[in-house]
Amino acid sequence: METFYEVLRRQGITRRSFMKFCSLTATSLGLGSAFTGKIAHALETKPRTPVLWMHGLECTCCSESFIRSAHPLAQDVVLSMLSLDYDDTLMASAGADAQAILEEIQQKYKGNYILAVEGNPPLNEDGMFCITAGKPFVEELKRVASDAKMVIAWGACASYGCVQAAKPNPTQATPIHKVITDKPIVRVPGCPPIAEVMTAVVTYMLTFDRLPELDRTGRPKMFYGQRIHDKCYRRPHFDAGQFVEQWDDEGARKGYCLYKVGCKGPTTYNACSTVRWNEGVSFPIGSGHGCIGCSEDGFWDKGSFYDRLTSIHQFGIESNADQVGGTVAAVAGTAVAVHAGLTALKRSRVDHDKEFPVREGGNGQWGK
Amino acid sequence: MLQYGERQDAARSATVKSIYVYEAPVRLWHWVNALAITVLAVTGYFIGSPLPTMSGEASDHFVMGYIRFAHFAAGYVVAIGLLVRIYWAFVGNAYARELFLPPFFTGQWWRELLHEIRWYAFLAPYPLKYAGHNPLAQLMMFMFFVVGVVFMIVTGFALYGEGLGQGSWADTMFGWVIPLFGQSQDVHTWHHLGMWAMATFVILHVYAAIREDVASRQSLVSTMVSGFRMFKD
Repeated sequence: METFYEVLRRQGITRRSFMKFCSLTATSLGLGSAFTGKIAHALETKPRTPVLWMHGLECTCCSESFIRSAHPLAQDVVLSMLSLDYDDTLMASAGADAQAILEEIQQKYKGNYILAVEGNPPLNEDGMFCITAGKPFVEELKRVASDAKMVIAWGACASYGCVQAAKPNPTQATPIHKVITDKPIVRVPGCPPIAEVMTAVVTYMLTFDRLPELDRTGRPKMFYGQRIHDKCYRRPHFDAGQFVEQWDDEGARKGYCLYKVGCKGPTTYNACSTVRWNEGVSFPIGSGHGCIGCSEDGFWDKGSFYDRLTSIHQFGIESNADQVGGTVAAVAGTAVAVHAGLTALKRSRVDHDKEFPVREGGNGQWGK
Repeated sequence: MLQYGERQDAARSATVKSIYVYEAPVRLWHWVNALAITVLAVTGYFIGSPLPTMSGEASDHFVMGYIRFAHFAAGYVVAIGLLVRIYWAFVGNAYARELFLPPFFTGQWWRELLHEIRWYAFLAPYPLKYAGHNPLAQLMMFMFFVVGVVFMIVTGFALYGEGLGQGSWADTMFGWVIPLFGQSQDVHTWHHLGMWAMATFVILHVYAAIREDVASRQSLVSTMVSGFRMFKD
C-alpha cells in the first residue's frame, strides 16, 4: 500500500513543500518544531488512511467551511490529493460509481479508514426522512461505520442534532453517537465548525493515527478547551461593566460587551475568539453581534439569541429563571403575609397569660 | 443512639425554663451563612442582569470584576462553612446533628409532622414542645436548606471551574455537572432558579422563626443569638 509521502510525490509535491507542510502542521497543532521530523517520518512510512465523508440530514455548511480553510497545504492534502476518497458533495463521480468507491474502501481498508459524518440520521418512520442511494441514511451510516477505525462528528448536527433536532424534532433527528456506539468518536461541534479546526483535527488523526485529546463531552481540548468569553477581545468591557444595552446605542458604537444583548460567549466552548473566521478576518463578536452558541448542545432550544437568560419552556408558557423564581418567591411572600394576618387575628382572641398545656414532642428525643 | 444525659435534658425541658441548644460555632455559622447567602443572592442577580452600563474607559472600572469577586468569595465562605458545620455535627452536641439527619423512618415523627402542619393550618390549638427543631422545621431545613445549599455549591463550583479552566480543582471535582445538565447555559439557569429557591426559603424561614417566637410560647429568634431555648410554660 502507498504511504502518504508516496501519494504526495506522485501528485508532484516537492520534498521541500512536503517539509514545509510538516512544520506548518506541527505549529498549527501546537506541538513545536521538534515534531516536524516525527510528522514527516510518520507520513513517509505509514500507509495512507482514507477518509470517507458521509452526509445525512444537514445543510452542507460544514463542507462550505472546510473548503475555505486558510491553511492551504492542509486543505489540499486532505481534500484533493491524499485522503478524501469519498465525499458525495465534492467528488466528481456520482451514482453507482460513487457508491462503488464507498464499498471498495470499506472492503480494502477494513478497520483502517476514518469515517467523517456531516449531518445526522433521522430515526422516525424507519429513517425514511433521509434517503441516500435509495436506502435510509441510518442504515448506510451503520454499515460504513461498522468497519471504520475512528469517526468524526462534523458540526452541531452530527454532535448534538442541531436545528433538525430542535423541539419538537418531527423526524427524530439523532446525533451519531446514539447510532454508532462501538467506535471512538471525536465531536467537532459548531454550525459550522471553524475551517482550520476541521483540517487540523483530520491532520492530527491522519498523522498520529489516534484521536486528539478529548474533553468530557468528546470535543478536542485543543480547540474546545475554553469559552469564547475567556479569550474575547471585549472581555475588559465585561469586567468593567460596560455593555451594549441597545443595538443602536453608544456602547454598540464603542464596541462594548454584548452580554446584555444575549451573547452566549460565556457559555460556549469554541476557538472563534482566537482562531477567528475567514483567514482570521473576524468572528461574530468582532462584527458587533453576540455569539449564538452554535457549538453547544441544543442551542436552538434556549430561547432568543438576544436574551441573556435562557427560556424555560414549562406549563405551556415561555419564561425565564427570574420570572419563574420571582413568581415563586412572590407567592411565598404573599402566603406568609396572609398567614401572618390570620395568626394575628387568631391570637387577638386568646388569653396571653394562659399557659399552654405542656406536651413534649418526639418524647423529647428528636434533635438528639 | 440516645445517651442517658441527653434523655435527662429532654425530660428536664418540661420543668426547667431554658435549654442550651445551639453552641457558639453553630450560631456563628448561622449568621456568617446568612450574610454570605445575602451577598451571593444580590451579586448573583447582578451577574445575571448586570447594572446599567458604565461610561468612560474600560480601564477606569472593574464593576463586574468586583461583583464576581464578591460572589466567588462568598461562595467559598458558604462551601467551607458547610464543611466546618458537617464536622461540628460529629463533634458538637446532639442538636448539631438534627439538620442533616431527619428521622424519616420513624412513624411518630411523621405523625407529629402532621400535628405541626395542623398547627400552621390553625387546626391544632397548641404546638408540641421541642428543644431542637420540630418535625416540620426539620423537614424544611433539610429539604430546602441542606439539599438547596449543596445544590448551589455543586452547580456554583461547576460554573466557577469553567473560568478556572480545564484541569483546575473545581473543574476536576465538579466539571461533570455541566454535561449532566446538558450544557453550561442549562447549569446557569438551574443555578439561577436555585437562588430563587433560597430566597423563598429565607422568606419562610424568617417568618416561621418570628411567628413561633410570638405564638408558641418559646424563644426562636434569640435562641440563635444566645444559644438558649426559653420556654414560657
